[in-house]
Amino acid sequence: MAENISTMSFDAVVIGGGGAGMRAALQLTEAGIKTACITKVFPTRSHTVSAQGGITCAIASDDPDDDWRWHMYDTIKGSDYIGDQDAIEYMCSVGPQAVFELDHMGLPFSRTEKGRIYQRPFGGQSKDFGKGGQAARTCAAADRTGHALLHALYQGNLKGGTTFLNEWFAVDLVVNDNKAVVGVIAICIETGETVYVDSKVTVLATGGAGRIYQSTTNAHINTGDGIGMCLRAGLPVQDMEMWQFHPTGIAGAGTLVTEGCRGEGGYLINKDGERFMERYAPNAKDLAGRDVVARAMVMEILEGRGVGKNADCVHLKLDHLGEEVLESRLPGICELSRTFAHVDPVKEPIPVVPTCHYMMGGIPTNVGGQVLFPESESKDRVVEGLYACGEVACVSVHGANRLGGNSLLDLVVFGRAVGLQVEKSIRDGYSVKPATQNNIDVAMVQLQRLNNSKGGERISVVRTELQRIMQLYFGVFREGPSMRKGLDLLRQLRGQLQNVYLQDKSQAFNTDRIESLELNNLFEVAFATAVAAEARQESRGAHARNDYTDRDDKQWLKHSVYYPEEERIGKRDVNFNPATMPAFPPKIRTY
Amino acid sequence: MLNVSIYRYHPEQDEKPHMQDFQVDTSGKDLMVLDVLFSIKEQDSSVVFRRSCREGVCGSDGMNINGKNGLACITPLSSCVKKNKLVLRPLPGLPVVRDLVVDMGQFYKQYEKVKPYLLNDTPAPAIERLQTPQERAKLDGLYECILCACCSTACPSFWWNPDKFIGPAGLLQSYRFLADSRDTATQERLAELDDPFSVFRCHGIMNCVNVCPKGLNPTRAIGHIRNMLLDRAT
Ligand SMILES: Cc1cc2nc3c(=O)[nH]c(=O)nc-3n(C[C@H](O)[C@H](O)[C@H](O)COP(=O)(O)OP(=O)(O)OC[C@H]3O[C@@H](n4cnc5c(N)ncnc54)[C@H](O)[C@@H]3O)c2cc1C
Ligand code: SF4
Ligand code: SF4
Ligand code: FES
Repeated sequence: MAENISTMSFDAVVIGGGGAGMRAALQLTEAGIKTACITKVFPTRSHTVSAQGGITCAIASDDPDDDWRWHMYDTIKGSDYIGDQDAIEYMCSVGPQAVFELDHMGLPFSRTEKGRIYQRPFGGQSKDFGKGGQAARTCAAADRTGHALLHALYQGNLKGGTTFLNEWFAVDLVVNDNKAVVGVIAICIETGETVYVDSKVTVLATGGAGRIYQSTTNAHINTGDGIGMCLRAGLPVQDMEMWQFHPTGIAGAGTLVTEGCRGEGGYLINKDGERFMERYAPNAKDLAGRDVVARAMVMEILEGRGVGKNADCVHLKLDHLGEEVLESRLPGICELSRTFAHVDPVKEPIPVVPTCHYMMGGIPTNVGGQVLFPESESKDRVVEGLYACGEVACVSVHGANRLGGNSLLDLVVFGRAVGLQVEKSIRDGYSVKPATQNNIDVAMVQLQRLNNSKGGERISVVRTELQRIMQLYFGVFREGPSMRKGLDLLRQLRGQLQNVYLQDKSQAFNTDRIESLELNNLFEVAFATAVAAEARQESRGAHARNDYTDRDDKQWLKHSVYYPEEERIGKRDVNFNPATMPAFPPKIRTY
Repeated sequence: MLNVSIYRYHPEQDEKPHMQDFQVDTSGKDLMVLDVLFSIKEQDSSVVFRRSCREGVCGSDGMNINGKNGLACITPLSSCVKKNKLVLRPLPGLPVVRDLVVDMGQFYKQYEKVKPYLLNDTPAPAIERLQTPQERAKLDGLYECILCACCSTACPSFWWNPDKFIGPAGLLQSYRFLADSRDTATQERLAELDDPFSVFRCHGIMNCVNVCPKGLNPTRAIGHIRNMLLDRAT
């Protein structure tokens, strides 16, 4: 039995102080619900701060006739038809209101001559349901939209008086005898104290997990903690094979240069100086879906037309845009490129390569953010007391491929929706059976094993190996036999992970302990990804298989669901029931 | 081999701080200081520092690098190493929690004091509040602050009066809202700053400008506030 730990009590606890978590916390605090926002880094250091290009939404600034239904169509097509149409409809229609709220909160959007929010073109955007040509729908604050958004939300929360537990690390969910989630075990990083944060409802907004790959645009803190917590609690996750590789990560460094570069008129060239996207996507060219562009780049490299010393990247050409446009619209990109590629984009092209960027899969939820346990293909059960929003959730608005700028919109729309849903539930008198000491002990198992470790593998060694396996066997192109090899290697690695050695057992600001817990989460995410990728025998969106090159709508117009207890994949129906219009039927996806 | 000397302090184990030396094989590459810290953490996992984005936008890894405040993740060795030696210390003037991690409480408190959020007492329109590109341009050089504290912890006035002088980072944000055409609380904001310490402790030494990793200019913003306060007095 665990030592007795102290308890803090709230009505709602939001785990995550990124865009999604802070939007949810703001909604709850403003509703007068006793809420705490727990975050392992000071809120403005969350990964949302890195988002560059913008937030896509039909606010009808660039084009007064823009229509959210066109955005909905693009998003469904972009998802390769496994995005849930009810959720996409909700996001695209509520979006404008959520974006205007950000402006009212103070977000310093760039502006048009009319004084409205500036919108730029991004990949996969069209007018009139794909028939009216390229749209410009991504609302931007220069190329620092995520920074501007995250700071505005933090500022909004300061104004609203939200309670923050900054630099606290959530370890595991506490589940009561009725299988309802009743809070979380958390460590105050500064003091090392472990606390049971008791709460009627728990919202997971822990962001992505791009650190499962060697090469990623993601911050070091993106370790999929929310996914790990769910899997350890026996809750399934959805579409984990769907990882977006962003076409333009800076070669070698992994840092991102936004798709907005191509939106503003930049394009990709191979070693012959050829604008090769004209061959792969004659209409949309460099602004085709990200999966399409990333695969084209890999093909160019594989066929020997790459650039650089090892011919293992291609060039992003921007110099023709001129210094003035680059410095006003893409100042952050100029800075990053000079720092990490040693290249001045005003004069030379940037070497880029497809880089792991975004987790489309995650914790399945309904439109109100309630976490679902899929019991069969067509039947779900709500997990009491647990909600999820943002990149960790799979509601699912991105399906098999996310469109640029849709994540920031997802954060604020569903962060807000979770807040509204939780508020309603608490007002309706939602109450829970308190956790027993035994429930708390179960949630303490992982931490205690680590604290008692007496020798074994070093954390950094296991992490490096995990990232190597994922990069090698579960990258842009996948194949059955090599994925099975990767899975075997992961199984072996699990053994090492179970007796990983926590060298530093002290209390104050022990980052070794935090990194060990994060590594457990990374592993859970990677394993779920591997099992799901091997099981989905087709190519769809970001999931491209050499041994099953076609989309198979008969078998796989479905979500995949990974059940951790049996390590098995099930299927779940995609929603084709939007509330206000007929569904968009699956079509062949061309750009 | 690069010689690296790191400030070590563990509140549970050390009575007082000391410097510890490490050697790091850089393979002749011009690594970032943060990469060097990662290799050191592989040698000794008890070395503690903050980091997140590794690209200079989150503001986690402000520290004192060979005597100058900066972000470890975007400071290449070539720009700071002299005589093959790298000395890393926590940001000066704030209490040390452990090793390179400081307690930022006082810094955040000064930020909060300036009410760093938009205040507007007119009802919000159904769309965004309009703003011309010229009005919006006034926010450039202000909103990009990442709250890394490099500036305030290089400012002698902040060292002496961390509780009363708002400091360069807080004042930069104060001006960010004073300059925003969508904000209507200018007079209230100025009234709250109008004392001998909050703003007037700045002596224009420009340390803040010299260290800001985002190339921002708090001194100029402070000058603008000063003028607004003086105008208000007359
Ligand atoms: C370089 C880059 C550029 C991007 N650009 C764009 C763009 O232009 N447009 C767009 O729409 N999308 C963009 N994206 C995607 C988008 O930024 C992310 O998907 C989004 O910001 C995720 O937000 P979030 O709130 O879900 O999570 P995050 O912002 O990652 O926040 C997660 C939060 O959870 C907390 N947390 C995590 N684990 C724990 C734990 N165990 N205990 C306590 N707290 C925890 C963290 O501290 C953090 O506060 C970009 C992504 C990258 C990598
Ligand atoms: S200019 Fe003012 S704020 Fe900046 S370092 Fe000097 S005294 Fe401090
Ligand atoms: S003004 Fe510059 S140095 Fe100061 S906190 Fe902001 S980004 Fe950091
Ligand atoms: S790690 Fe984010 S600024 Fe250096």
